[in-house]
Amino acid sequence: MSDRKPVDFAAFPDNQGHFGPYGGRFVSETLIDALDHLQEMYARLKEDPEFQAAFDYDLAHYVGRPSPLYLAERLTERAGGARIWLKREDLNHTGAHKVNNTVGQALLAKHSGKRRVIAETGAGQHGVATATVAARLGLECAVYMGAEDVKRQSPNVYRMKLLGAEVIPVESGSKTLKDAMNEAMRDWVTNVDDTFYIIGTVAGPHPYPQLVRDFNSVIGREARAQSLEEFGQLPDALVACVGGGSNAMGLFHPFLNDSDVKMYGVEAGGDGIDTGRHAAPLSAGIPGVLHGNRTYLMEDEDGQIIETHSVSAGLDYPGVGPEHAWLKDIGRVQYVAANDSEALDAFRALTRTEGILPALESSHAVAYALKLAATLSPEQNIVVNLSGRGDKDIFTVAAIDGIEV
Amino acid sequence: MSEQAENRIDRRFAKLRAEGRKALVTYIVAGDGGIENTVPLMHQLVASGSDLIELGVPFSDPMAEGPVIQKGHERALAHKASLRRCLEMVADFRRDDGDTPVILMGYANPIERMGGEAFAEAAQQAGVDGALTVDLPAEEAGPLSGLLAERNLRNIFLLTPTTSEERIRAITELASGFIYYVSLKGVTGAGNLDLDSVHENLGRIRQHTDLPLCVGFGIKDGASARAVSADGDGAVVGSVLVSAVGEAGDAAQARDRVAELVAEIRGELDR
Repeated sequence: MSDRKPVDFAAFPDNQGHFGPYGGRFVSETLIDALDHLQEMYARLKEDPEFQAAFDYDLAHYVGRPSPLYLAERLTERAGGARIWLKREDLNHTGAHKVNNTVGQALLAKHSGKRRVIAETGAGQHGVATATVAARLGLECAVYMGAEDVKRQSPNVYRMKLLGAEVIPVESGSKTLKDAMNEAMRDWVTNVDDTFYIIGTVAGPHPYPQLVRDFNSVIGREARAQSLEEFGQLPDALVACVGGGSNAMGLFHPFLNDSDVKMYGVEAGGDGIDTGRHAAPLSAGIPGVLHGNRTYLMEDEDGQIIETHSVSAGLDYPGVGPEHAWLKDIGRVQYVAANDSEALDAFRALTRTEGILPALESSHAVAYALKLAATLSPEQNIVVNLSGRGDKDIFTVAAIDGIEV
Repeated sequence: MSEQAENRIDRRFAKLRAEGRKALVTYIVAGDGGIENTVPLMHQLVASGSDLIELGVPFSDPMAEGPVIQKGHERALAHKASLRRCLEMVADFRRDDGDTPVILMGYANPIERMGGEAFAEAAQQAGVDGALTVDLPAEEAGPLSGLLAERNLRNIFLLTPTTSEERIRAITELASGFIYYVSLKGVTGAGNLDLDSVHENLGRIRQHTDLPLCVGFGIKDGASARAVSADGDGAVVGSVLVSAVGEAGDAAQARDRVAELVAEIRGELDR
């Protein structure tokens, strides 16, 4: 990095949604007009103090922000190195960072005058967060979810139904998050006049990667201020899990211009990168085009998207947000992977040392943070994004342990 | 549109215009029903009255397709169909048919994987006449359009009921071969065809271009094909054919059923 000309990260994407060679808008012509309108509306509201005040109000009074920055002392002791701080997104209303974005997009939906919202979901956290804001605003809500994920995340499916959303199981393809996103796009193409698509991650056609990042950047802004307050300097390293990459982008973005802050995005290593059974496109994929953007993908030699594997439904996705693809190429963020077994060990470690049940997604970040901390000195500080709580995952963990709950 | 030598697409539309006939564009998924059965099916399409073939390139995530064509893609992928195989099929088809235009219709990623230049080169070698890449709108299509144009291949663009006047102008300038007008807001095979809207929008588009206008999505039979092509130059039929291939017990049955459907539509268009 040192001999490179400094990049102003705040200036990206360009007005066509490109982060270097990544991003853009790869969708069928029918959706371009809706995306143009969304882009225009967002550009206007982003600068509108009234809109920002409404967003801030909802984050404070509905989501419960700011979320604490918590020093995990016993976890730090266990790792034996740098101090590990947890950014407690698990304490948000609905239990994950996802709600930061859905509250923001719900305000956009309200401004657009559309009466219906749709979403795709993997682990169900984004689906729940969307159903939640839809209930609050009285909007009709449909959530697409891979049939496989419906099975392994049944508590969240029921939560969405309680909130009044229609949960539509997707039976095509691999029956996971990518197929849910295909189906949500098809719904949007068909109902574009009255439907607002609330995308849950920093992927998809422009302007979604930008606006989802912006809405989640409250995580990094808070963490920055809290770091200065708690330990009088910026963190030495940030660690976050990366599926599509919205919690990571939210934490990283406000620090990107601070070149001394190292950043680590942790992908799902599944059974291990060398087995091919994983969900780590940045670690082992190549650039391609899917779901409206150019980014790193997991695909075969014919350009067909391949099935991914992860114990965590929320990371089980063959693509990743285009800004991450770019940050990888220019070397600003290091992308690494944690295997299923490492994530499960971290899940147990955090539960037993701190009394905090992390989501299996976030457990990947904790797993890498434990390794990283051991290589650093006790005066150094690592901020880990604890992006969600693990209550939804207890059935998955119990099944792995051979226990019937 | 830059000045280019005529290719099969231009010649075919010129001939149809001279005869006062509408174009029947037929879509099947390459490899659906078995890799070895696609080329015979293409010849059957021509024999039954198809003027132009859109060969669907199977993709794992066909976002713009309704359930019928999605299943066609899944079946084709189960037969190990790929972009490479599609190109081989077209080369094979060309041995017995030097006139019928063939367009590859698919998604950007298989082309990205092969590389735009390698794709354009291989497409020209195989006897392909144009490409329609569903998720490559005008803003992102520049590089591929250039590579195709250098080889006298056409880049076919979609226009839709939601395309603004300004975009119609920009896209018709970039487009070549013909314009594919998507008749409805939705996926392929949808049931919400609105003829008044088609009429109005074709009128809007016509003010910007002399390129042939073909209408697709939601065309199920001769009557709907005739209705949508009244103001345009032709109709595109896909889902009903893919459905017939999917339901057929074997390749011969698939050809018979497709022949019947295409002949019926041809008859109505020529009536």
